[in-house]
Amino acid sequence: MSDISPLRFHVPEPPARPGEQPDFSYVVVPDAGAVRRPDIHVDPAEIRDLAYDLIRVLDDDGRAKGPWAPELDGDSQRRAMRAMVKTRAYDDRMLRAQRQGKTSFYMRCTGEEAFAVGQALELGPRDMFFPTYRQQGWLVARDWPLVEMMCQIFSNEKDRLHGRQMPVMYSVREAGFFSISGNLGTQYIQAVGWAMGAAIKGDTCIASAVVGEGTTAEPDFHHAMTFAATYRAPVILNVVNNQWAISSFQGIAGGEATTFASRAIGYGIPALRVDGNDYLAVVAATRWAAERARTNGGPTLIEWVTYRASAHSTSDDPSKYRPADEWVAWPLGDPVARLKQHLIVDGGWSEEQQAQLEADVETEVRTAAKEAESYGTLLDGRLASSKSIFDDVFKEPPPHLQRQRRQLEG
Amino acid sequence: MPTMPMNVAIRSALDVMLGRDDDVVVFGEDVGYFGGVFRCTDGLQATYGTNRVFDTPIAEGGIIGIAIGMGAYGLRPVAEIQFADYVYPGLDQLISEAARLRYRSGGEFTAPITVRMPGGGGIHGGQTHSQSPESLFTHVCGLKTVIPSTPYDAKGLLIAAIEDDDPVIFIEPKRLYNGPFDGHPERPIVPWSAHPLGEVPDGHFTVPLGSAAVRRSGEDVTVLAYGTMVYVAEAAAEETGVDAEIIDLRSLLPLDTDMIEQSVTKTGRCVIVHEATRTSGFGAELAATVQELCFFQLEAPIERVTGWDTPYPHAQEWDYFPGPARVGEALRRVVDS
Repeated sequence: MSDISPLRFHVPEPPARPGEQPDFSYVVVPDAGAVRRPDIHVDPAEIRDLAYDLIRVLDDDGRAKGPWAPELDGDSQRRAMRAMVKTRAYDDRMLRAQRQGKTSFYMRCTGEEAFAVGQALELGPRDMFFPTYRQQGWLVARDWPLVEMMCQIFSNEKDRLHGRQMPVMYSVREAGFFSISGNLGTQYIQAVGWAMGAAIKGDTCIASAVVGEGTTAEPDFHHAMTFAATYRAPVILNVVNNQWAISSFQGIAGGEATTFASRAIGYGIPALRVDGNDYLAVVAATRWAAERARTNGGPTLIEWVTYRASAHSTSDDPSKYRPADEWVAWPLGDPVARLKQHLIVDGGWSEEQQAQLEADVETEVRTAAKEAESYGTLLDGRLASSKSIFDDVFKEPPPHLQRQRRQLEG
Repeated sequence: MPTMPMNVAIRSALDVMLGRDDDVVVFGEDVGYFGGVFRCTDGLQATYGTNRVFDTPIAEGGIIGIAIGMGAYGLRPVAEIQFADYVYPGLDQLISEAARLRYRSGGEFTAPITVRMPGGGGIHGGQTHSQSPESLFTHVCGLKTVIPSTPYDAKGLLIAAIEDDDPVIFIEPKRLYNGPFDGHPERPIVPWSAHPLGEVPDGHFTVPLGSAAVRRSGEDVTVLAYGTMVYVAEAAAEETGVDAEIIDLRSLLPLDTDMIEQSVTKTGRCVIVHEATRTSGFGAELAATVQELCFFQLEAPIERVTGWDTPYPHAQEWDYFPGPARVGEALRRVVDS
């Protein structure tokens, strides 16, 4: 009894706080091409080690290496590059618009563009993506009009969501982009249900669901894993591990002890852990999981290791909780810079062409913003009509809502 | 016309809809092979196969979550929550998701789901098998909430709920599955086969959501009730001799305010009865509605007879349950004032 010491309470702390040297020694980065690529229909029990590894294709010189290197022609790579650069330009423009008071709120995805763009370009037109608020790259990659996206940001007269949703909570069925809730994780299990529906009907389309690493703590994550495993639902379960959930580093979600990919092991779901800033790895892993799902192999969990270079949102100030230059020290680099390097080495691309592309999308974004602003912003007060607030609560407004609508209208 | 108990009427509604519409799927804990702990899905898996009727893991948030996803895909899911007392882990999916999906997506995505759950007490279920959580749902914009009190209504309302394009919470008074219950536990159980309201047509029919029914016409006082309390109110009227007009609301949202207004305008008095706890219960909404619509016709204060504001006790069930004696006292007080 005498050697019993007091209990200690453990609260995880990130390796570096403001003013300290960034420290990513916890991110183990294997060589590109080092991780094996199992057969699509491998028994999950045989690839448990992949949940603790990191699939990478692009090496430090921008060359594609190893068994995961996907077949991807130059046009497809340039299309992806254009979507990533456009997404970044769009984000920067909308951030400025928020600073100018044209909208209340904005969220950038800087540093994470590869995942959403890659899935948008690799999944099929009838597949359904259940995004979080940081996958605007999907819509850009699917060539959904920037003006439409901006009208939602401005909550103006042309906002197809009639000003009901906070900025960035898009819904675009035509682009395979499910309505963003704003509540974290709730759509993960819905994606499983959607995929179950497709299987029940003998359809051929699949679902892809997204949470951040922080949201793996929510029950919906575990519901999704249980139901997807039980019914072998045709769904890709993505965990975008961008290291930060607002101010909470990934250790607060349980990331100190294990990887997020390893959550799949207890459910008997195959897991891949992938360099999320490596566009070719994104394509390769997405294809693997999509083909497995589409051929009745069931769900795959993919942890995409990336870094949230931007603030969580315009309401957040990351300089209060992490080193200002942490992004520069991130060992997996910038997805745009890495794909550019690959295109230059391997795809007949040049710095001049990249500069021209960036100038082109800048013009495109500016033109779109001008048009969207012409339909109204928070500044000029031309917002979605108040009359529409009673629409779509139900398909048809019941008597009590009709009465309330008359009261509002006076 | 055949008679059937309420659980069989519910099964008949599911059978009809599974047969008519390939997009209808039925699932929940123990509902598949076994047919549900209250037998409401007995035999359906054998008829329609595991693609249409199946067991789920024990996770109400997951059950409602997949229902929403399937609904968005294009199915018409009917999910069973084994007891209404178990629905709370699924509330986030109902409140934040099912109820608002149509709204937040501008009508692009919808959740045409029905969530069935046995509610109410009277079966010695204690605090985890007796609750009446209806006011949690009526407080959520975007949900419809329905509570039948007869086998006929259970079938017709359930078919209407499944065919509805919005999410519907369907609370089944479990004490009524096997027969009407007047609040006298000492009396023998009356089977539905011996009750005129036990008659249920075969095949497809609907009872529209949002329409109440007069169960007893009267002149002296209007009783607003639903579920098991309809029969308790009937017993109270009979035992006190008060000429009460008993309205079975059937659907709490949408609410048939026209019928409520007509009746209270006629009687000038109103007693509201529900099993659920009193504070912020649906009775508060009803009382407010009645005074808004009928203030100048009221000749007495509105009374509420409800469950006490305590957890539902096990051994003291009949002290908690608002039986005919308590309802009768309220009727007398209101007509005498």
